[in-house]
Amino acid sequence: MATDPMAEIRASFFVECEELLESLQDALSDMEEGNHDNETINIVFRAVHSIKGGAGAFGLDALVGFAHRYETVLDELRSGRMTITPEAMKLFFQAADFLQDHVRAARDAAPPPDGSEDCLVALEALIGGGAGPVVEEEVTDFQPMGLAFDFGTVEETPTTPVWTVRFRPAAALFSSGNEPLHLLRALGKLGSCTTRCDLTRLPTLESLDPEGSWLEWTVEIAGDVTDFDIREVFDFVEDVCEIEITQGTAETAPSDAGGLSLPDFGLPGLPDLPPLAQDPEDPVPLAPAPAPRAEIVPMPKTEPRAEVPPPPFAAADQPTAPAAGPAGGAAPREAASEPSATVRVDLDRIDRLVNLVGELVINQAMLAQSVAEAGLPPNSAVMTGLEAFMMLTRDIQDSVMMIRAQPVKPLFQRMARIVREASGAVGKEVRLRTEGEATEVDKTVIERLADPLTHMIRNAVDHGLERPDKRRAAGKTAEGVITLSAQHRSGRVVIEVADDGAGINRPKVREIAISKGLIPPDAQLSDSEIDNLLFLPGFSTADQVSALSGRGVGMDVVRQAIQSLGGRITIHSEPGKGTRFSISLPLTLAVLDGMVVNVAGETLVVPLSAILETATLTDEDIRALGPNTNVIHVRGAFVPLYDLGAELGYRAPKSSYAGGIVLLTAQENGTRSALVVDSILEQRQVVIKGLQRSYGHIPGVAAATILGDGQIALILDPPDLVQNASGRTRSPAFALAG
Amino acid sequence: MPLEKSSQNSSEVELLSFRLADEEYSVDIMSVREIRGWTRATPLPHAPMHVRGVINLRGTVLPVVDLSVRLGMEPVVGDARNVIIVVQVGSQTAGLLVNAVSDILALPRTELQPPPELAADCAHSFIEALTIVDGRMIRVLDLSAVLPDENAEAA
Repeated sequence: MATDPMAEIRASFFVECEELLESLQDALSDMEEGNHDNETINIVFRAVHSIKGGAGAFGLDALVGFAHRYETVLDELRSGRMTITPEAMKLFFQAADFLQDHVRAARDAAPPPDGSEDCLVALEALIGGGAGPVVEEEVTDFQPMGLAFDFGTVEETPTTPVWTVRFRPAAALFSSGNEPLHLLRALGKLGSCTTRCDLTRLPTLESLDPEGSWLEWTVEIAGDVTDFDIREVFDFVEDVCEIEITQGTAETAPSDAGGLSLPDFGLPGLPDLPPLAQDPEDPVPLAPAPAPRAEIVPMPKTEPRAEVPPPPFAAADQPTAPAAGPAGGAAPREAASEPSATVRVDLDRIDRLVNLVGELVINQAMLAQSVAEAGLPPNSAVMTGLEAFMMLTRDIQDSVMMIRAQPVKPLFQRMARIVREASGAVGKEVRLRTEGEATEVDKTVIERLADPLTHMIRNAVDHGLERPDKRRAAGKTAEGVITLSAQHRSGRVVIEVADDGAGINRPKVREIAISKGLIPPDAQLSDSEIDNLLFLPGFSTADQVSALSGRGVGMDVVRQAIQSLGGRITIHSEPGKGTRFSISLPLTLAVLDGMVVNVAGETLVVPLSAILETATLTDEDIRALGPNTNVIHVRGAFVPLYDLGAELGYRAPKSSYAGGIVLLTAQENGTRSALVVDSILEQRQVVIKGLQRSYGHIPGVAAATILGDGQIALILDPPDLVQNASGRTRSPAFALAG
Repeated sequence: MPLEKSSQNSSEVELLSFRLADEEYSVDIMSVREIRGWTRATPLPHAPMHVRGVINLRGTVLPVVDLSVRLGMEPVVGDARNVIIVVQVGSQTAGLLVNAVSDILALPRTELQPPPELAADCAHSFIEALTIVDGRMIRVLDLSAVLPDENAEAA
């Protein structure tokens, strides 16, 4: 696949699409916040436009069609002919979601998403009906807009006062080494511009003098610009071109004018051009879009060969939008020339680097150990050198981990979509606030966080927030707010989903738990214990089981997913004020904070995230449960006791565990268990080494790591261990058998 | 078959021979990655008897198989005289714990004979061929039978 250049370009187009969709979402959110300035609207427009441009190059007709109609509506917005209403915003968001679906569908060669037509119809209704059939026709006739023709004044629309600059370079302008592109760019810096190019004087190829000058541009500049400013731009070329600067309410030419009037735009001098130009695959080699800041410039250099439509990528060659990067089929070569200082690297290469650094850390630990064993004085050159080396390795490790780290923003944007869909489905008004979008987390963590987070967001919309009427009755705004935040806290990432709803209805939760037999009717539970009942398998509080959530596989699945990432999840809820779920996650999956313990002479690592507390057992703590099992009595609760040594087959169970050390761990279903170890050695970060590849799954063992002495230590998975232990053989039974 | 795969074009075959409880075995040298001294392996819980554990091979976790147990004999006593032969079979890399490495033998392929069918012991299913070198009988192991693919993806 990598060998096919077209596939590569196509792949990079879709990567860019994702970026464009992201900036589209950003700008839409901005607009929703009330930021309606031109630049924001232009970002929205450009994003959609660039996707359309690229899609056209690849012949992705469905995508082009959708983007085009979306763009048409956006253009109305951009030209100030429609106002932004909450209604419209909702549709814009919905359309952006559909655009994303279209992009994905195009990428996976899947059928286009359902329902996009309805969305478009609703959108087009915003700008007045009738647009539907007209644009439908255009779909097959994709035409980048803003083809510069002089009839911009045909349209009757009110616009703001603007400067109109007619600029017609003479041949001498080119021969003196000037470049209209630079001039137009300079104009673009003055204010928001609409640039059009007039081709009417362009002769046919046979009669074309390549050194002549045939083009004329009309630039409309809106903004705080003076006549002097504009004149200054043309300071050096005044005598080699014709300039006409007028002020007035000139038209912000509707950019679809070019597209709509395409069939008769009549390039009189170019009798043989129109058929080519109408080819949907070939955007006319002219200004592809009336860019806001006249960065879109008809390529003056192409004029001598104007008859030859350049490859579709020509559109991409234009610096369409600084933020958006080259559109469509732009090859990586062009991406590299973009100012944004990012590099796309194959994930495999990064993983290899991460692995190597892992080796380095292990090696350094081994070296440190042998130096320590050599008994060198602490201030010797070797020791100081080693210390510097250790600091460097740690720095390198941190930096490498950062490469894998990615901002949570795309994830949060997905959640924004979930909120929109979910709130629409249950008929609540919900607004998602996000904080800390720039917080970076390991890529794998982000990927594996999407499902649990989706679930939590849906829960928050469905169960957390009240209906609008109830909210009003409680003195809140009808619109519920869900806050999604991410932040770094003491070497971990904390992601919180908070709603300002009614809070957990504890009496009801209790009642349900009792009715489902999850707790005994007379159980005395603290508030937080009641809250944690939500994590029990099969718990569902919703009166009505909706399609959205409440399938009975709720929060326990979420918790399981979080725990498999080495994370923890906690609930805080205040009646009447809302509920907050906090997820605390490790920054990376490549290293893990573990407690290094010794069991029957073997060194094992237990993930810290699994350990609630450690304790030393006394005789009174231990109670025999059955003939083969023990429980320990910890703060009023009985917790089953497991001997790690026996469970892992290192030794037979001991006759007495008095004086032994136990690690208390929590199960996925909320029950706790106590694991006996011989001693706790230390608490440290370990590099995770997969065991699966070299050996199949071992019950209770998650992975392995390499210790400072070069030995391999197994990393335990306590929930898995306990599950398998309790299901198969209880530890003292093992003793009797052995 | 490892033998044919690794030396398809030559009529010669090179074997690494080693000792296992006073008997001589060998493997195709093309599947041998390296030979290393004995290191204590970290035992794996719930693993079959012949899996001695895992060792650290320059940062990768390498499972070690006690070949002697695998072939139905007494376990090799792990000490400094024993060696681990690191072999690769398909996508799998594993260490074989043996008593000692003896020799590298180059012989014409024609001197390899298929083992006779004797059902009495389990070891014969691991033996791909037999040969005589200097009057000693040497068994050539079929590594893909000794180390079945745990992930069963290559089947």
